[in-house]
Amino acid sequence: MCLGIPGEVIEILPDQPDLARVDVSGVKRAINIGLLTDDPPVPGDWILIHVGFALSKIDEQEAKAAMDFLIGIGQAYEDEIAALLESQIDERQ
Amino acid sequence: MTHQDTTQQADWAEAAVAEHAAGYPAHASAGTAHSSREQLVLERIERARRARPRVREKLITLAHGAGGKASQSLIEAIFLDAFRNPLLEPLEDAAIMTAGDARLAFTTDSYVVSPLFFPGGDIGDLAVNGTVNDLAVSGARPAHLSAGFILEEGFPVEDLRRIVASMAAAAAAAGVSIVTGDTKVVQRGKGDGCYITTAGVGVVTGNLTLGVATARPGDAVIVSGPVGDHGITIMLARGELDLDADLVSDTAPVHDLVRGLLDAVGPDVRAMRDATRGGVATILNEVAKAAGVAVAVDEDAVPVRAEVRGACELLGIDPLYVACEGRIVVIVDPGAADAAVAALRAHPLGAGATVVGHVAEDPPGLVLLKTGFGGTRIIDLLVGDPLPRIC
Amino acid sequence: MRFVDEYRDAEKARALAAKIAALCEPGRHYKFMEVCGGHTHTIYKHGLEDYLPESISLVHGPGCPVCVIPMGRVDDAIALAEQPDVIMTSFGDMMRVPGGRGSFFDSSAAGTDIRMVYSPLDALKIARQNPDKHVIFMAIGFETTAPSTAMTVLRAAAEGIENFSIFCNHVTIIPAIKAILDSPDLRLDGFLGPGHVSTVIGCRPYEFIASEYGKPLVTAGFEPLDILQSVYMLLQQLAEGRCEVENQYSRVVPWDGNTVALRAVGEVMQLRPYFEWRGLGFISHSALQVRERYAAFDAERRFTLPGVRVADPKACQCGEVLKGVLKPWECKVFGTACTPETPIGTCMVSSEGACAAYYNFGRFNRQRVREVSIEASRA
Repeated sequence: MCLGIPGEVIEILPDQPDLARVDVSGVKRAINIGLLTDDPPVPGDWILIHVGFALSKIDEQEAKAAMDFLIGIGQAYEDEIAALLESQIDERQ
Repeated sequence: MTHQDTTQQADWAEAAVAEHAAGYPAHASAGTAHSSREQLVLERIERARRARPRVREKLITLAHGAGGKASQSLIEAIFLDAFRNPLLEPLEDAAIMTAGDARLAFTTDSYVVSPLFFPGGDIGDLAVNGTVNDLAVSGARPAHLSAGFILEEGFPVEDLRRIVASMAAAAAAAGVSIVTGDTKVVQRGKGDGCYITTAGVGVVTGNLTLGVATARPGDAVIVSGPVGDHGITIMLARGELDLDADLVSDTAPVHDLVRGLLDAVGPDVRAMRDATRGGVATILNEVAKAAGVAVAVDEDAVPVRAEVRGACELLGIDPLYVACEGRIVVIVDPGAADAAVAALRAHPLGAGATVVGHVAEDPPGLVLLKTGFGGTRIIDLLVGDPLPRIC
Repeated sequence: MRFVDEYRDAEKARALAAKIAALCEPGRHYKFMEVCGGHTHTIYKHGLEDYLPESISLVHGPGCPVCVIPMGRVDDAIALAEQPDVIMTSFGDMMRVPGGRGSFFDSSAAGTDIRMVYSPLDALKIARQNPDKHVIFMAIGFETTAPSTAMTVLRAAAEGIENFSIFCNHVTIIPAIKAILDSPDLRLDGFLGPGHVSTVIGCRPYEFIASEYGKPLVTAGFEPLDILQSVYMLLQQLAEGRCEVENQYSRVVPWDGNTVALRAVGEVMQLRPYFEWRGLGFISHSALQVRERYAAFDAERRFTLPGVRVADPKACQCGEVLKGVLKPWECKVFGTACTPETPIGTCMVSSEGACAAYYNFGRFNRQRVREVSIEASRA
């Protein structure tokens, strides 16, 4: 029920401005963008799709911030592991 | 809506509860340790699952044709129960019987796909290829087919010509001949255009004993290519979901693919299965159940086309349950896994062949998936019917 | 797939898992409730529990809109489908939910015209294509889905379509969360807040949970890394003595929600004085009904419903599972009388239901299975 999938807006249908053709991993469907009239999406934008409607635009900056956090954690983790391994090597010498 | 004071009860639910209460020991007491209580419940569930299959419904539902749990119960509780004999019991893709010195494989299938014509093929291709494939994975050289047609009054003759032309071409490509058939016409509204039923016979070559029950811990599990193409193509072709994608059905005859595999590693092959309704997940469950083993699959290793994945994500379906029509699942001795994959890849239909998992001893009867994320979950038999009428 | 695959990365998961373990106070047990059925589904589908230490329990909450529909309402829907010249349309999730007399699937087998749709707009399309029939859309879902239903009704009104109505069973999430918070049976340390509901209602409505009940809440996305990161954020709050509402799913959820969506819902629907939730009983102002001015699109006004209440079987413990008090396997009929094939209660029939998720995905000895998977992947 909460099933929402990110998709990329390919085009706004010329004769129906509240419909956009959206691509999800090569699968295309016409999605109603009537809930986004305050800030309508344009081709290239990513939206969250739920039962044939766009509920929200994906904020690429927020997404990048989230990814940076995760990458940072990943890097810190790798650094710790590397440090751990190094200290083990030092101990063996 | 007014809220009435009368409250009823659901009789079917009360009956189900009462029936099981009679058969099973009381719930574990609160005093037992947490994890052992859970274990007791899991054991209780395993006992319930091993119980004799029953068909409780009074009416046939679409689930009975989906290839999952309900289909299995129907087959075991109604057909196997009534027809029981040693040739039927293995419930493999074909029955193996002797005729003089020869061993024959004998199979049958019905085709009710809607729409009749779809990207990549039509009901005719499906009918021939599907039957050829059941024979091929049984270790037989497909020889002859029968074709029965149930046509609806008003069905265009031109469409029938197209279907029959496809069947002729498919038969020629597979090296089989259609040697007998039947036609019936039913009144308008009593049949969906055209249904086809086939039977096929082939000669089993060599002295292989193939069967999912022979799978052993350590065996490798191989799929011959990307899964789910056919099922998703059909769903999209129905037009109800308004989804567009560049996908075609993978319907194809796999007899040459199988021949190449058996020539390379024949004695090391435990079983082959044609992945159709219910998808790869159904076959793996059949292996786990028949051989009393576990099957462990690596999600990242299972090939799925991007569009199939996209459609599945959009619709909330798991590609492992989606039908294929030109893919085989092979259980093979681990020592021969590399050679098996190489033999499959040597054929165009097997270009995407890859090892997707292994058979393990424990926990028996379960199919486990190591998720791309690194966690684990069970892949159980399909319940219900996410994709009606795809083959 | 962009915005999906990067949130399913196993390496980042390992890193996050290590950080989560490091934040857990020794000897302390944490219980976080994930409200959304979608979260339950993700946790099991990706095997997320393998990444959490034993000291953290994720409790499944009542955020499964299919699970909370009482059997009597399913019977009402089937009664509607049985009316002459009616086509009933529904999301796939509802097809196998059993009422007092069976499910949509069973009803279809008996001859009613019940069709699965992906979107309420598809139901409207069926209405346009079948002018001699009346098409009813079974409208279910939380605030996530209500705007789509509302927009469809507005479109039907704009086009003057007369053969379309909805059977409105939309429910709202805050009263359900409040029922959990007020329940004496449960000790929770925090919440993984609903993800997609929040794209509509925003994060403000949850502030009372932190300010009045003292429980932190993190609005969580639906990919496995989203959930892990949200758990991490909750632990951080607890470690730092903070108690607030945070938004992990900020790439999708705007803090203020979607005003256009809320306006559409407000235009077409209003709150019911009360509504029965399966397992939770009657909750006031917790569900939506169609407003008077759109009466032509309200199936409840255009048809007469039996409106009979069907009690849950005494053995059914869906209510306690929905409130997070019982784990699925602790229910007396779990796995025996109640299985995905023969569901007694809705927790078992919906793919997001805690019982179905546990049975289909999670029901095994985790320790042994991990050993099997590691051996197999090494082979």
